[in-house]
Amino acid sequence: MTATTLTSTQGAGRAGDKIFSGAALAAGCLILAVLFGVALFLVVQAIPALTAPSAEIQGGEGFFAYIWPIVIGTLIAAVIALVIATPIAIGVALFISHFAPRRLAAGLGYVVDLLAAIPSVIYGAWGAAFLAKEISPAYNWLAANMGWLPIFQGPASATGKTILTAGIVLSVMVLPIITSLSREIFLQTPKLHEEAALALGATRWEMIKMSVLPFARPGIISAVMLGLGRALGETMAVALVLSSGALTASLIQSGNQTIAAEIALNFPEASGLKVSTLVAAGLVLFIITLAVNMVARWIISRHKEFSGAN
Amino acid sequence: MKALRFGRHAAIAVIAAGALALTSCGSDNATGTAPAGTQGGSGPKVTGTLTGIGASSTGAAMDAWKAGFASANQGATVQYSPDGSGAGRKAIIDGSAQFAGSDAYLKDEELESSKAVCGPDGAINIPVYISPIAVAFNLPGVTELKLDAPTVAKIFRGEIANWNDPAIAALNEGVSLPDLKVTPVNRSDDSGTTTNFTEYLAAAAPEVWTDKASGVWPAALQGENAKGTSGVVKTVTDTPGAITYADDSAVGGSLGTASIKVGEEFVKISAEAAAKAVEAGSPVEGRSENDVAIKLDRKTAASGAYPIVLVSYHVVCSAYDSQETVDLVKAFENYVVSEEGQQAAADSAKSAPLSSSLTEKATAAIESIKVKS
Repeated sequence: MTATTLTSTQGAGRAGDKIFSGAALAAGCLILAVLFGVALFLVVQAIPALTAPSAEIQGGEGFFAYIWPIVIGTLIAAVIALVIATPIAIGVALFISHFAPRRLAAGLGYVVDLLAAIPSVIYGAWGAAFLAKEISPAYNWLAANMGWLPIFQGPASATGKTILTAGIVLSVMVLPIITSLSREIFLQTPKLHEEAALALGATRWEMIKMSVLPFARPGIISAVMLGLGRALGETMAVALVLSSGALTASLIQSGNQTIAAEIALNFPEASGLKVSTLVAAGLVLFIITLAVNMVARWIISRHKEFSGAN
Repeated sequence: MKALRFGRHAAIAVIAAGALALTSCGSDNATGTAPAGTQGGSGPKVTGTLTGIGASSTGAAMDAWKAGFASANQGATVQYSPDGSGAGRKAIIDGSAQFAGSDAYLKDEELESSKAVCGPDGAINIPVYISPIAVAFNLPGVTELKLDAPTVAKIFRGEIANWNDPAIAALNEGVSLPDLKVTPVNRSDDSGTTTNFTEYLAAAAPEVWTDKASGVWPAALQGENAKGTSGVVKTVTDTPGAITYADDSAVGGSLGTASIKVGEEFVKISAEAAAKAVEAGSPVEGRSENDVAIKLDRKTAASGAYPIVLVSYHVVCSAYDSQETVDLVKAFENYVVSEEGQQAAADSAKSAPLSSSLTEKATAAIESIKVKS
């Protein structure tokens, strides 16, 4: 009887296996097909802009002159967001995983995850209608006292709608992504490592420094890269918050623009070559995001020995 | 970004599919481009669905027209998707919409390419919506200012940095101007309002405003910006010393509006003054007699005309495939330019009604629409 059961289970298992592996294969192929389709669409639509005479591109100096300031602007906004969000996110994640009492940790985890559920247009509206206005006195102070630094050069924007404000809004948006991932990684640190460190007389901070952070490093990096992807591609919040303009070094003057916001703001009224130009800008963003993800993969694979998976 | 792109395509696809579905079940029209027009009989009432794509600036007026038209014609509906002027003009040229809403009349090359779908005379432009653009500012204690074109241009170029600048003071004797930084705010998105405002500046103050008229604000200029009409109005309302240009219907609250120097007098913004400025315009050269595209005279000296004005058009074909579509387009456009339709738009969007002579021209143009021979 046992044998019969086994056989029949195996029979069902084989069919199930086939269906499952087929479904998994289809899913895997589908994602590749979608990605390829998007890339193909971008390239085909972008070709007119890349081949057009430079005088016809917006700004009149060719596609390269049009795109590079907004590429830099995109990177500036994303870097500001990460510089602010990463230390806070790691701190919050460590607090939840290693310091907070268990019940508080669970509650705090939910609250942080909730931040990720807020639509970006809400962040944008908050940034444009509230944060920008409230933060502009701080920009005036920065311009007056730290104006010798090129990034804080005055005169500060009167509306406060600057790339720094946009970066701060973005940092709030990427915070939950980095926090949740880091927290999961921190929780996976082998208990033996932690206990060994503590047994050797390490304080809690030393234990974290010696066992948790090295173990979690690739995880943190991939969390940051995911956050970077979000910050690079964020559209609505930046479009609403940022008072865009030409590329400027000062973070507290109006100016700079990101690719995603540029597309969102100009696409509705665009026609002809302008559409191609914007799609080409989208292609550039696509390539940047792809490059960022590949670099992240490469960093993680270099640190395979720490990965919690093995 | 992705949602936006696919959204637009999806919208067009849905409309196209809808039109197809209607065609297939409603009539034996074989071309598949026109919507179903069931036999409406001899009366003026029409039925069927009219599809339009175009400018979002006329959104509020469009809603009023849709409602008014539907209540006057049981069984007739108008679908309008506000994808933007460019999308609308593209749709009329490739035949995916029966009419387009556009903040600018068709360019010559667009007119040429429209002949493939719209018959040998191509598409025609019918002015349907006139909206004055206000120069609105936030100055504590000041609600009215007098400005001329060079001063406005200098303010928006950042060449006048303070409100107590002699150039402003000279035009406003007796007004106590505060010692306050000027913060010009422009639109961050591509917009017909910007096109018309920069067109005015380039025409009326060419020695100061050296950029070409464009829907995108010149990137080289310093200044603040915000997304959409509501965005600039909100930003200016929050920032003392800020000034912007925006559709008059959206300006309110504590903001002041500037009277603009026309000829020797200062004209306050109003619907009548805007209509007068359009009246002073001339027909665009080289168009068929049924094309009511208007070349505005931004430098007009006509008494009481307010030259910063946006004219929005409905672009329709001069000939359609089926009689049903022709009847439907005629009925709808006639309603839109009628006194009733213009009043509905004025009530809901605070636009300026067309003048009677313009209505006459528009009606004549609409009546010329015919079935393709």
